[in-house]
Amino acid sequence: MTAIKTIDYRNDREFHEKLIEEVLESYPEKTAKKRAKHLSVTQDGASDCGVKSNIKSIPGVMSIRGCAYAGSKGVVWGPVKDMVHISHGPVGCGQYSWSQRRNYYVGTTGVDSFGTMQFTSDFQERDIVFGGDKKLKKMIDEIEELFPLNKGISVMSECPVGLIGDDIEAVAKERGAAIGKPVVPVRCEGFRGVSQSLGHHIANDAVRDFIFDKREPEAFESTPYDVVIIGDYNIGGDGWSSRRLLEEMGLRVIAQWTGDSTLSELERAPKAKLNLIHCYRSMNYISRHMEEKYGVPWLEFNFFGPSRIAMSLRMIAEHFDDKIKEGAERVIEKYKAMSDQVIETFRPRLAGKKVMLYVGGLRPRHMINAYEDLGMEIVGAGYEFAHRDDYQRTMDYVKDGTLIYDDITAYEMEHFIQRIRPDLVGSGIKEKYSTQKMGVPFRQLHSWDYSGPYHGYDGFAVFARDMDMAINNPAWSLFKAPWKAAEPAPASA
Amino acid sequence: MTALRQIAFYGKGGIGKSTTCQNTLAALAELGQKILIVGCDPKADSTRLILNSKAQLSVLQMAAEKGSVEDLEPEEIIRVGFKGIRCVESGGPEPGVGCAGRGVITAINFLEENGAYDDMEYIAYDVLGDVVCGGFAMPIRENKAQEIYIVMSGEMMALYACNNISRGILKYATTGSVRLGGLICNSRMTDREIDLSEAMAKKLGTKLIHFVPRDNVVQHAELRRMTVIQYQPDHPQADEYRALAKKIHENSGQGVIPTPVGMDELEEMLMDFGIIKSDEQMIAELEAKEAAAKRVAVHA
Repeated sequence: MTAIKTIDYRNDREFHEKLIEEVLESYPEKTAKKRAKHLSVTQDGASDCGVKSNIKSIPGVMSIRGCAYAGSKGVVWGPVKDMVHISHGPVGCGQYSWSQRRNYYVGTTGVDSFGTMQFTSDFQERDIVFGGDKKLKKMIDEIEELFPLNKGISVMSECPVGLIGDDIEAVAKERGAAIGKPVVPVRCEGFRGVSQSLGHHIANDAVRDFIFDKREPEAFESTPYDVVIIGDYNIGGDGWSSRRLLEEMGLRVIAQWTGDSTLSELERAPKAKLNLIHCYRSMNYISRHMEEKYGVPWLEFNFFGPSRIAMSLRMIAEHFDDKIKEGAERVIEKYKAMSDQVIETFRPRLAGKKVMLYVGGLRPRHMINAYEDLGMEIVGAGYEFAHRDDYQRTMDYVKDGTLIYDDITAYEMEHFIQRIRPDLVGSGIKEKYSTQKMGVPFRQLHSWDYSGPYHGYDGFAVFARDMDMAINNPAWSLFKAPWKAAEPAPASA
Repeated sequence: MTALRQIAFYGKGGIGKSTTCQNTLAALAELGQKILIVGCDPKADSTRLILNSKAQLSVLQMAAEKGSVEDLEPEEIIRVGFKGIRCVESGGPEPGVGCAGRGVITAINFLEENGAYDDMEYIAYDVLGDVVCGGFAMPIRENKAQEIYIVMSGEMMALYACNNISRGILKYATTGSVRLGGLICNSRMTDREIDLSEAMAKKLGTKLIHFVPRDNVVQHAELRRMTVIQYQPDHPQADEYRALAKKIHENSGQGVIPTPVGMDELEEMLMDFGIIKSDEQMIAELEAKEAAAKRVAVHA
């Protein structure tokens, strides 16, 4: 992708460099040396953001990252709705990640869909000492009996399963043959890797090794317009508002990965003419595999905000014939009035507001132009678990002098927010309340703060309303202590 | 009431730990001591000579059957054997499955928390040979055993193991009260075995508590699932164990923080005793062998 013009501004390079110095000063020498590599200020024309990434967090700093299990079960596999996903191990991993990602789906929960249910083998001391394979076997049989309409089962390995060396592959193979459905062992023990990122990779590999080319292919009639949406988890309905635009321009979406998806959709994906990746970080692996093995090209697109949506629709259309190219223009035209009206309504209330982002796989860059469409400015951005290629791609989005923070520590985040005092911080639930207590408006950008969708034109309207609601909430006028009446409020109402 | 004394027997696998341990404890029981043996080995074979029967029900096996250790009472798994010695086995999974180390931790905690140690004078842990993970170090950790006795012999691997176990003790001695009680040589009739054992003890800063000579009566007793003390109480070998028991009893509070040596130093010592050969020796031997082979080839 390339940069697009939205609004013009520069960030305060000297100030941001000073902030980095300030946080590093409070660390011990060794920690400061390590953290210095993860903090940077962007330079126009550079090839990447100038930070190291995908490196182990420093003990004691309170990283915001997750684990491999989170990346595999929570992100990639969890939303596959007609499969049952077993959190294999002690109860906590499954219990505390239960329904967290708000992956919407249609279906009858407990009958043919299982997205909001929690299945765990609930390891006891006995299972650790004697191994959990027998229990897993029994559990698969019980699932099959209680939920006969399940299409398959995945086994998400928690830490202890890896430590005691249970042979979940053997159980999966044996029981899979017995019930005649795919049973997928996923070795996503939380201790593996430095963040949830390795979990995405392991989950992708499991799709490759246990789903592709495994069963008799379904009857499928190809069309020249078949595409797959990859890396859209349908959070708050994101996938649906994206799918609609692709269909309206004349394409046929044959699978959604993995928001509101089915096992059949996973199996069918290699038949696509083009794979469209939204979250590059979590699913580039399988997309590259499909390109190599099945010759399906892939394209990273961005459906946040009208500027990027229009650009993406045209880029996608480039891969197809004139009918689709015309379709793209038609869609852009159709929604223009609506998005103009959204901008007209909210831009006067949001223009010039400064935003700091700290999120996961794609949003620290993908959302930037959506904010800029509303006249807002991004002063800082960072990823929990990005790799080098993410920080390269980020350069297409950020303005000169933007503060970049990789795997930010709680301390750094607090310090940056206090010193910059942005008008809005977009991050996760753990960061929400500490930020609001500093008097700074906040929106959760993992779960859309129980709102959404934010993708597509429909999503942009919801997004604009939500940002306005956070920043211009009258509650902020009450934030100030009455005896400190002389000082200005942190954010104007 | 005398203070509870906790001791543990460690050593290379197959060295005769369980046999030595049970014979010694049988002798201690003769002295009127109230003893509980805790077998820390999934094979659950640490108490058969005392109980005169094959492996008994283990803590973990029972717990697995009942649901969890919370559902167990100590009386259900403690068996009383020769001279009132109380016996319990931690048990564990079959080989290649689960986590035996975690099992040992679970079992020991269960026994301690549920009063199995009350009114006892001795708790003796018999731990499986290869301390492969933290679980098997449990008796060394957390102020459980005060003294560790290492059963060894004049064989090279037994000496390596002896040194390694001392390293484990050293690690926990600095944070807790565990000490090395001494070495027990269970003779394999190797060359200069006593000298070597004493030299090893000296290196570790401890002493050779006792040299147990080899005698077939031990095997005869074992075949009958008995200790020598029970099988032939008048045999001289029984007196050896009695002597060892007395020494251990009198060794209370005499444990030391061991001074394990590096690999180089250990190998040097073994070379001095002719257990292993120096590089020069090996090269000389190899050359002699090759020369001999050449001569044979020429003649053929």
